[in-house]
Amino acid sequence: MQKNIFGFVWKYSKREQIYILFLTVLSFPILYYTLELPKIIINEAIGGTEFPQTVLGVPFEQIEFLFVLCGAFLALVLINGGFKYYINVYRGRLGERMLRRLRYELYTRVLRFRLPRFKRMSQGEIIPMITAEVEPLGGFVGDAYALPAFQGGTLLTYLVFIFIQDPVLGAAAIALYPLQAYIIPKLQWHVNQLGKRRVRAVRELSDRIGETVAGTQEIHAHDTSSYHLADAADRLGTIYQIRYEIFNRKFFIKFLNNFINQITPFFFYSIGGYLVIKGELSFGALVAVLAAYKDLSGPWRELLNFYQRTEDARIKYEQVVEQFQPADIQPEAQLMDEATFAGPLPQEVSFANVTYVEEGSIPAVEGLSMTLPLNRHVAILDAGGGGRDELLMMVARLLVPTSGRVRLGEHDMAELPEAVTGRAFAYVGQGPYMFSDSLRANLYYGLKHRPVAEVAYSADEEAARRRRIMEAEIAGNTVDDINADWVDHRSAGAASAEELSAQALEILSVVEMAEDVYRLGLNGSIDPAANTAAAENVLRAREAIRERLNGDGMDEALVELFDADRYNTSASVAENLLFGTPVGKTFAPDAMADHPYVLSVLAEVGLSEEFLRIGTEVAEMMIEIFADLPPGHEFFEQFSFISSEDLPDYQPLVARVRKEGTAALRPEDRSRLMSLPFKLVVSRHRLDLIVDTIQERILQARRAFAANLPEDLRGSVEFFDVTRYNTAATIQDNILFGKVRYGQAGSQDKVQALIAEIVDALNLRTTVMETGLDMSVGVAGSRLTSAQQQKLGLARAMLKEPEVLILNEATARMDAAAQQRIGDAIRTRFQGRGLIWGVHRAGMARDFDEVIVVRDGKLTERGSFSGLRDRTGSALSAMLEGE
Amino acid sequence: MSILQEVELLKRIPLFANIETSKLKLLAFTSERLNFRAGEVVCEQNEMGDSAYIIMQGEADVLVSAGGEPFRVATLKRNDFVGEIAILCDVPRTATVRAKTDLVTLRITKDLFFRLITEFPQMAVEIMRVLAQRLEKTTKDASRAEQRVRELEEAASPDPS
Repeated sequence: MQKNIFGFVWKYSKREQIYILFLTVLSFPILYYTLELPKIIINEAIGGTEFPQTVLGVPFEQIEFLFVLCGAFLALVLINGGFKYYINVYRGRLGERMLRRLRYELYTRVLRFRLPRFKRMSQGEIIPMITAEVEPLGGFVGDAYALPAFQGGTLLTYLVFIFIQDPVLGAAAIALYPLQAYIIPKLQWHVNQLGKRRVRAVRELSDRIGETVAGTQEIHAHDTSSYHLADAADRLGTIYQIRYEIFNRKFFIKFLNNFINQITPFFFYSIGGYLVIKGELSFGALVAVLAAYKDLSGPWRELLNFYQRTEDARIKYEQVVEQFQPADIQPEAQLMDEATFAGPLPQEVSFANVTYVEEGSIPAVEGLSMTLPLNRHVAILDAGGGGRDELLMMVARLLVPTSGRVRLGEHDMAELPEAVTGRAFAYVGQGPYMFSDSLRANLYYGLKHRPVAEVAYSADEEAARRRRIMEAEIAGNTVDDINADWVDHRSAGAASAEELSAQALEILSVVEMAEDVYRLGLNGSIDPAANTAAAENVLRAREAIRERLNGDGMDEALVELFDADRYNTSASVAENLLFGTPVGKTFAPDAMADHPYVLSVLAEVGLSEEFLRIGTEVAEMMIEIFADLPPGHEFFEQFSFISSEDLPDYQPLVARVRKEGTAALRPEDRSRLMSLPFKLVVSRHRLDLIVDTIQERILQARRAFAANLPEDLRGSVEFFDVTRYNTAATIQDNILFGKVRYGQAGSQDKVQALIAEIVDALNLRTTVMETGLDMSVGVAGSRLTSAQQQKLGLARAMLKEPEVLILNEATARMDAAAQQRIGDAIRTRFQGRGLIWGVHRAGMARDFDEVIVVRDGKLTERGSFSGLRDRTGSALSAMLEGE
Repeated sequence: MSILQEVELLKRIPLFANIETSKLKLLAFTSERLNFRAGEVVCEQNEMGDSAYIIMQGEADVLVSAGGEPFRVATLKRNDFVGEIAILCDVPRTATVRAKTDLVTLRITKDLFFRLITEFPQMAVEIMRVLAQRLEKTTKDASRAEQRVRELEEAASPDPS
């Protein structure tokens, strides 16, 4: 990368810069004529006497001549404006392309950083550099050469003019320029230094903010908010001081500039005046020079401003770029090289006198020489002092040795492209990272090396895509299509996408995550249009459940089924009235009492006053029960119909209703009270407010609601219909088509068991699990437990079908029994392939072909498990004893 | 049964006799009413528990197993309070409670329970009294058992003379 922004600009936009310069020069004559024409209009059209005047061979009288000239002037103004518009757009586009290139280059470099670099450089530093800090550089790029040329040219023209009028005055005009040119950069240098400090300070601040977000749990657990506030205040104070000083100095430079500019007229008046009085200079010339000097200050100021902007841009560029050029950066070719291995993968990795040490710490691995077979199962144990993690990561080429060589067969691993190491090897650490995407995307992540199938675009899309490719090429970006199919199912040994999906489900059961995915899937939804057979199958499951629940035995009390003609006491009033699932916010439970259509339906069946009365009673009850609790108590969240902030507002409301009746209520208060009954669930809340007669009328309202629903609201609710798949509800709700009854011990578990039974009987499990695979894992996998994340990480690595699987305590967060079972399953699956497993307990090494024990970064012993165990004084036997 | 009826029932339980109605409403409102069929298990010995139960209707057996077959140590009936030991001292359930008839209970979570006894000392005293009575009964049972063991031992051992 170029160390200097001008170098960067010149290297990637020579042609464009020259073109802009050319356009700028071209605009000078037009500019000149827009200045020249007014003179002609005044002197020759308005003040002229010789008519007719001939223009292009056509004779014109005075009035006509005036209009012709004015027309020409208008045309010139338009052309001049158009020129400027074109140049500005061109410059802007150039700037954006260069900014895109710069950001892309920086991002590429982030990918090329070696792992240890991220120990020294945090997210909080990297992100603002690529996003905010380089942003102003885009605007600068378009101006980099054109602006000084244009303003410099203008300045020169005026100076020449002044010198022609009088050399002495000319000399006076520029007398102070050398001074300015000397002092200003000196002063500016200090500002630049401050600018650098400011950039660093802001970067550190954003780093701290990032830490606060990441460590928020610790902050609250240890009551350290004040400490962090003080730290933030201190940093903000530093930034304030730097900025304040920058302002001081900047404005001082401005003051000095202005002063020097103002002092020049002093010379004009004194020297020029003296010359005029002495008769050595005409009065007219002095006026002309003064006018010219006034025009001179514009470009001069622009140039000085530009100088300051340049300095700003230069510092920003340098400060960013120096962070992105570490000496040990990975060569780009290593990431992008497509070369795969010719012939079979060598069967061993050899370490020759390998040392790995990180800056400023003790060596993690020291002088290690050994060979690791890649076709057997090896357990690596750490007897203390570390080194095992680094060793495993070097085998996976995630780290490269500080000295010595790690070789794969004959090849130096440090030289191999990632197309080899990232496909033949799979590494899973303790905390595999989950991308904020679906489970499926995370599982297939290891197969997305290169796009494998282009998207079939329509003609229009194709054209748009081609424009995007062109732009990407201009800015030096990759032209790989993110919308293409990146999942290479063949590299997982699957013949088709469907087979890959089946394989993924199978691997999920190996890591014991199938049940979790099934549960997720039950809470997901399918698109019946895209998946008709699955939707029909769900409906069959619904029928089967209904048969079971309507039959005799224990099941019928578990679920209260939806029935268009019956009030469902396990569902809320809102659900009973809607008799469907709200789509969007229109008929969401909280919004119902405010919706005019709902209110009109209630009025129609005579429920308005009843709801108001019930609402008042609920409010009264809530006040009685919850008024004594401290605000914000968790019970409000869990149980109350009214939040702790709103509760005090209800007290006077209820009092007013009790005193004056409901007629005195304001509309917004009515709506507040009306909203409460909607949340009532008869069998859960047991308040005896929604009595039989009210239930009867809610059923009437249900029918009226559906019958008269205006066309434009149809899309806001998906009605319960026993013969149709409900797209707005989850698969589980679709199968159940009812509500689990309250108050029956263990009913949730029994219902789950019943659903599972029917799902299996109808072969629905795959459908449900496929749906589960499409559920999001949340930000960085936040919706998964840490054990689930580990399982998914293992599944991801196994789905890739690597030739060598390297695990580093990859099951440590699971319970002991699961560790044993999953470990066995993985070993069976990798029979005949390489498995190198850094285990955290010595007992886990029992079933491996070979055991290696490291201590203090050195190999201490190696052999079969039983051999080492039975040798007296071996590290393994000592570790086994400790367990 | 509505909340108001439940509150009426709660008032008759000595434990809650001196507590304001609004607090009992809070207790009833924030507690789940849970039905068990005859034979179903309310809580299992040695498992961790997060709630206690008030029996509103029906009867339940308290079963203890010490290695072998479980045997019944008590029968709980209406207004009895059960399961408080496990949530008071965070120990596994000391006994299994199984519904003898169809059972209606009010399930009180640990959070709510602690909140109530810290706010209403009279309730804490009442619970202490109940626990003390049980301890006294247990001690009596234990000494009687000891006595019996000694008698049996004496009967079994040969006459020293």
